[in-house]
Formats: sequence, structure tokens, C-alpha cells
Amino acid sequence: MEIILVLIFFSIIIAGSFLLAFFWAVRNGQFDDQYTPSVRMLFEDKENLVVKPEKNKSNNIH
Amino acid sequence: MTENSTATEKQIVCFHCGDICKDNSIYIENKYFCCNSCKVVYEILQNNNLCEYYSFESHPGITPNLYQKNKYAFLDDESTIKQILEFSEGNLNVVTFKLPQIHCSSCIWLLENLSKLDKGVIMSRVNFLEKKLSLRFDSNVTTLRKVVELLDSLGYEPILNLESIEKKIQKSRKRTLFLKLGIAGFSFGNIMLLSFPEYLGLNRITENFLGNFFGYLNLFLALPVFFYSASDYFSSAFKGLRNKVVNIDVPLSLGITTGFLKSVYDVVFMHGAGYFDSITGLIFFLLVGKIFQNKTYSLLDFENSYKAYFPLAVSILKNGEETTIPITKLKPGNRVLIRNGEVVPADSILFKGEAFIDYSFVTGESTPITKLIGEIIYAGGRQKGEAIEVEIIKEVSQSYLAQLWNNDLTQEKRFKSEMNKITNFLGKYFTWIVFLVAISASIYWGFKDSSKIFDVLTAVLIIACPCVIALSIPFTFGNLMRIFGRNSFYLKNSEVIEQLSKITTIVFDKTGTLTQELNSHIEFIGEPLSNYELSLVKSLVRNSTHPLSRKLFSFLRKFETFPVNNFTELMGDGIQANFDGTFVKIGSYKFVIGKEKSNINDKLKTGAQVWVSINNNIRGYFLISDKLRDGFIDTLEELKLNYKIHLLSGDVPHQKDFFTKLIGKAENIYFEQKPDQKFRYINNLQKKGEKVLMIGDGLNDAGALMVSDVGISISDDITNFSPSCDAILDGNSFNNLARFLKLSKQSVKIILLSFLFSLMYNIIGLSFAVQGILSPLVAALLMPASSISTVLYCILSTNLIAKKQKLKL
Repeated sequence: MEIILVLIFFSIIIAGSFLLAFFWAVRNGQFDDQYTPSVRMLFEDKENLVVKPEKNKSNNIH
Repeated sequence: MTENSTATEKQIVCFHCGDICKDNSIYIENKYFCCNSCKVVYEILQNNNLCEYYSFESHPGITPNLYQKNKYAFLDDESTIKQILEFSEGNLNVVTFKLPQIHCSSCIWLLENLSKLDKGVIMSRVNFLEKKLSLRFDSNVTTLRKVVELLDSLGYEPILNLESIEKKIQKSRKRTLFLKLGIAGFSFGNIMLLSFPEYLGLNRITENFLGNFFGYLNLFLALPVFFYSASDYFSSAFKGLRNKVVNIDVPLSLGITTGFLKSVYDVVFMHGAGYFDSITGLIFFLLVGKIFQNKTYSLLDFENSYKAYFPLAVSILKNGEETTIPITKLKPGNRVLIRNGEVVPADSILFKGEAFIDYSFVTGESTPITKLIGEIIYAGGRQKGEAIEVEIIKEVSQSYLAQLWNNDLTQEKRFKSEMNKITNFLGKYFTWIVFLVAISASIYWGFKDSSKIFDVLTAVLIIACPCVIALSIPFTFGNLMRIFGRNSFYLKNSEVIEQLSKITTIVFDKTGTLTQELNSHIEFIGEPLSNYELSLVKSLVRNSTHPLSRKLFSFLRKFETFPVNNFTELMGDGIQANFDGTFVKIGSYKFVIGKEKSNINDKLKTGAQVWVSINNNIRGYFLISDKLRDGFIDTLEELKLNYKIHLLSGDVPHQKDFFTKLIGKAENIYFEQKPDQKFRYINNLQKKGEKVLMIGDGLNDAGALMVSDVGISISDDITNFSPSCDAILDGNSFNNLARFLKLSKQSVKIILLSFLFSLMYNIIGLSFAVQGILSPLVAALLMPASSISTVLYCILSTNLIAKKQKLKL
């Protein structure tokens, strides 16, 4: 039955590390803004935007 | 009238902002724009490959206002820059702007891609709910002024006023609450888990040391909850007792403390597992309620002082040259240049130009006032017309306007509302009952079995902890506040609901509150005028600066103008002139007709009358009236049933009869009220025992809003400046006012009903406690059951009553 002491010891350590992760998240400001990130993640990152406009211009000549 | 011919044409919508275009003259590549500013923004975005902006929402743009070249010159001033920047080291600068124009996902996208428009911007981040943009920029590549000008040219004009730089952002409080909740939740869950052997009665069968081990582990886990998470309740109870108020936190803290100490005793002396699970659970639920209740509207400002109304900087003239200085450096003797639409920053004397000052926000007068050279102009007026020069005679902080603010008032009000709170009433009741039960139970056991006194006493104190009441208030008010917010009625905090429920008298301001000045209603009554004759009228009023002339002029903007001969203006009476043999006279009845008006019957037709005669032939009059807010009459009828209505206006009494008829009681209607008279009027009502709700909008109501039990500031654009108040009501939601008041009343009833709940649980709990058989298991069952059922009851019933009133949930 002593094995349960070891198990509880580990479970507390794991649970405690999640608590620490939560602390880190709060201090890091992750709970300050609960809306904008949900919109931001839908934007596409475009690093190579340079190619696109030339195509556009040729299409739009009337 | 001949004005309605254009309505049926197919409308072209601006590609950028979605407004209706007047014609199709401004376009690029099949995309039409309502104005050049919109087109310019489109071009900027197109040249920088940022047209993705238009793909998230249709017509996301905001029409930028054209600004003068030197509008932001004050941002070159080192000391001003220092005040605005949050952080600066080397070339790296951090700044946060408030941009009330942020409204959609396209805005977020564009503002976060600002670095593509200005290479000096290193990073930009939007906080959508707070409408804030924080920026990092390199001062070697760009300047603060350039960044602000870029934002303005895109339509996002940052709020830069005296107050915005004086207020520091407070984030830490909100974060602390999350931390406290996290710890409480963590400990609560683990203690519950570790208490299972106890609940199931297992540790009696297995070895004894295991029970001890779990007990000490729970004690260890409960320590941070007791000392950190619950600390707010202790300090609040302590503060209350020091002010000789028994608030709800007193019995709450008493229960928590007794429970904790009893549990520590039990564990250390091996009597059992204690009540750690119940106590941590209770604290966890209480903190959830607190977060729910504290959800405020960070976008809105309820503590505005006059400073938020003033600009950051003004243009002054030194030796004939124009420079910009921060308003804080403004000294008496400075010569200030004030352009059309700008605010006079301090009491001053008119030096040059024709001043036409709009005081509607400061005094409530609806028509602008003409000032002559040498006259005093008080701070807060807005110049309409040409640029003027004034000389400052008083410092900004000493001006008439600044003195309207009196901070002692708000303090006093806060204290008064603290005293009357429902929680404190219940808290007092509860504490006495608990003591009574505890003492009588102890006396009973003292005779029967004195060894049990201690157990019974602690059990009563623990179980009688008023957690149902402590939970029902934040959840009921918090949920109602959320519902109000969905319906464009924003409260400063949830305590305002309780104050609203007690209101007996409602006092309205007129200008800007009941009437919308921009929206005046003009109609012609009499023999209809031909288009040519209307053109003549327009040509005539064009030459006059009288406010009514200006209103008429903009009303007739579609007609032609002709040159006038022999133009004469009799100040305050009227104007007349010749047009190629046609003689036109416009003005008051007396001026146009030549005798005093005899019949007063038509006075109920509200508004100012401008009479017209052509070739001495009287044609009729223009009726110019301020338009009442939509739905006002219906709302008033509803409110009249339950409340006394008063009207205080700073305006001249030309609509007095009309409002008397509407409100019904002439003795409750006062015109030409100065700000301090309004303030005293409300104070007198309160002395008569009335609970006063003041509804106003301008700086002239600021004192009245502060002294009233609830001050509601009404605004057509809620992000605009509003004086400090308890709640901000969007003008469009004005017709819901009666419903909001009704809901507040009902919500208090909901809380009183939850009292029954509390009584039921307490009777069950106490019946165990006084018998001395309250086991931790019973406590651990009773506590979550009562908490969760209370929360559900409060949220569901507030939703139900809101639904009945047909409000958005």
C-alpha cells in the first residue's frame, strides 16, 4: 500500500507543473485579451507578396 | 416641397467605407468611392499590397477626416512625446493608442500589418475588445508624429487628450484575480480527490497513517487558498467592521476562518479529515462569481474628468509665428489660434476674428453665441466658423469648466451607496441569526454533554456561512449587466443595478438628451414657395450668421444662390434684401408682419418660427424644431406610471409649453439652469427622500450626474467623450430605458427569493450541526449542491425576465 504515497507524490508534481504553467500564462498576458487572438489566427501569413500585383494589373486592363 | 426626387435612383456604395456615393465621379477600376479620402486610403493599400483588407469584411473602411497639416505638430515636442510613450530605450519605442474606430476583423488585420506601410514600425498588436493598438517603432526610421499621421490618414484617429496621457493602464488587478482563481481551483480539485478515501470510509480499514498523510496533504494544499485566494474577503470584512458596517463578508470570513482552524485542529490531533474540501470549494465558487461580476467594459471610461474633453496641444502665436505647445504649458497671456471645430482650452478674451461659440456641451444652450472682440470666452466652447485668436486669462486647471468637477462628491456618493447595499443588510441579518443559533446550541449542549460544545459551535459557524447569498448577488447582477451590455446600456459596475432598482424620480436634461441637435426638423407652413423663391430665401440667409439662418441654409443647400442688393440685417429680428425687383423679408413675426403676434394657440407647435414675405406678401413660416429622440414619447408614457419626471434644461424656454404638455407638471420643468443649479436641484430632491436618476449628456450635467443616485450619460457614439457617470446609454437604445429599470427591480426580487434557498439549505445544515453530527461528508455534499443550484437559478431566472421584456440575451 506504500506505493500509493509514491503515486500521489508524482500526481501532485504533475498537477503542480500545470499550475505553474497557468501562472506563466497569466503573467505573460494570455488572459488580458480573450478575443483578438481568435481572429488573428485566421489571417494568412504571406511573406512573398511581391509576385501577386503584376498579375492583377495585367488582368485589369480594359 | 420638391426634395424627394433622388431617393429612387440606384445607389452606388463606396467600396471602402460602404457609404452611399453622391455620384459616380470618383472611381478606380470599377470601384467607386464616396469621397477622395476613401479613394486615397484604397490607393495606399493597393500600392502596398494590402488589399486583402477588403477580403475579410465588405466595406470595412472608415472615412478619414481631412486634417490640417499641422494638427499633429505637437508630437514633435520632446516632452509631449515622453508623456505619450510607454517605454523608450535607444531607438526602440513602445506606445499604446486608443482607437475607437476599430470595429471588424479587417481593422485588426490592417493595423497589425502597419509595418508594411511604415518601415519604422517593428510590431503592432491590436486588443479588439479594448480598442487599443500597441506599437513598437524604431525612432531612427520613423517618428511618433509620422505614425499618428499614418493612422489618421487611414481613418483611425487616435484619442490623444490630456487625460489619456495621465492615466496609466491597470492590468495587474485582473491578472491577480485569475491567479487566485487558478490556485483555488487547483487546490479544490486535489483536495476533493484526496478526500475520497475519507468519503468512502476506507481509511478506517487500511492503515491509520494513510489518513494522516492525506490530512496533512490537504492542509498543505489549503494553505495558499486560505491565505492568498481568500484574502480579499478578509480585508473587505475587516474594512467593513472598521467602518462599523457588518457586510456580507463578515459572516463569510467567519465561516471560512472557523472552518479552516477547526480542520487544522482535526488533522493535527487526528480527529478526522476536516472541512478543507468544503472551504476551498466555497472560495473557488466565490471567485468565479467575482470574475463574472467584474467583467466591466474596459473600452468605456466612466471616470472622465474635464481633461478628457481637452486636446493635448494648442496652436499659439508668438511674434506672429504659429507654434504648437502642450496644453499643460499654456499660460495666461498666451495668444491662441482656434480653428473651426476646435475647443477653447481655457477662459480667454477674444482678440481677433468673429467668434461663434457653441456651448451646447458645456451649458446646454442649443444655439451658438456670437462673441465680440474683447468679450470673455469660457473654456469648453467650440468655435464654429472662421479661425479666431484669443488671449488666455486663466490657467486650464482654474477655468470655470474645471471647477464644475468636485471629487469629494463622488467619494461621498460611493460611501452612501456602500451603506445601503442589499448585501450589507443581509449580512447584518445573517450574522445575528448565526450567533443566536450558535449560542443557544452551545447552551443546550452545555447542559447535556459539555465535551461537544466546541464541535457544535464550529459546525454551526461553518454551515451557516452565507454562501448562497454571496453567490446569488454576483451572478444575478453580473448576468443582468451582461444582458444590458448586449442592449447597449453599459454600467460602471454591477452595484448600479441595485441603485437603479430603488429609483423614485427621474430627471432629464433636454439638449442632447431628449433632443438631438444635429437632427433639427424643418418644415414650411403656409402658401408653398416655388423653387425660385426658395433660391431667393437661400441667397438671403447665406449672408447671415444667425443660427436659424445657418440651419435654413443647410436645409436649402440644393438650391441656387443669387447676388443680393440692399442687404440689411436687424440683429435678432430678421433680414431683408432686393433681388432684381423682388423684395424678400425673413425673420420674426414682428419683423416680417409689423405687429405683435396675437394668437398663442399655435405655440404648441414646438420650435422656432421664421416668417417669410415676398414683395410684402406674407407667405408663411419655416418651423424649425429640435427633433425629439426616437421613441421618447412612448418611453415617457411608460416611465410616468412609476416615476416622478423632472426636466432641467440649460436652454432658453422656447419649448416650455410643449414639454409641459408632455410631462404634465409645470412645477417640475425648469429652463435656463446653470450647472450648479442642476446640481442643487437634485440635491434638494434627495433631501426630500427621493432616489434620483439623472439622465444627461454634457459637461453641464456633470455635477448633477455625480450627485444623483444613478447618473446615466446618454451618447450617440459611446466611444466619444461622456462626463463621469454610473452608466452610459447608447442613444439608439433609449426606448429600452423603462425595461432596464423594470429588470433592475425584478433582479432584486430574484435575489430575495434566493434567500429562501439559502434558508432551506441552512435549515438542513444546521439541523445536522446543532445535533453535533455534521460530518465533513455532509458538508462536502451540501456546499457544492447549494452553490451550483444557486448559480443556475440566478442565471436562468435573469435570462428569463430579460426574454420576457424582449431584450437581446
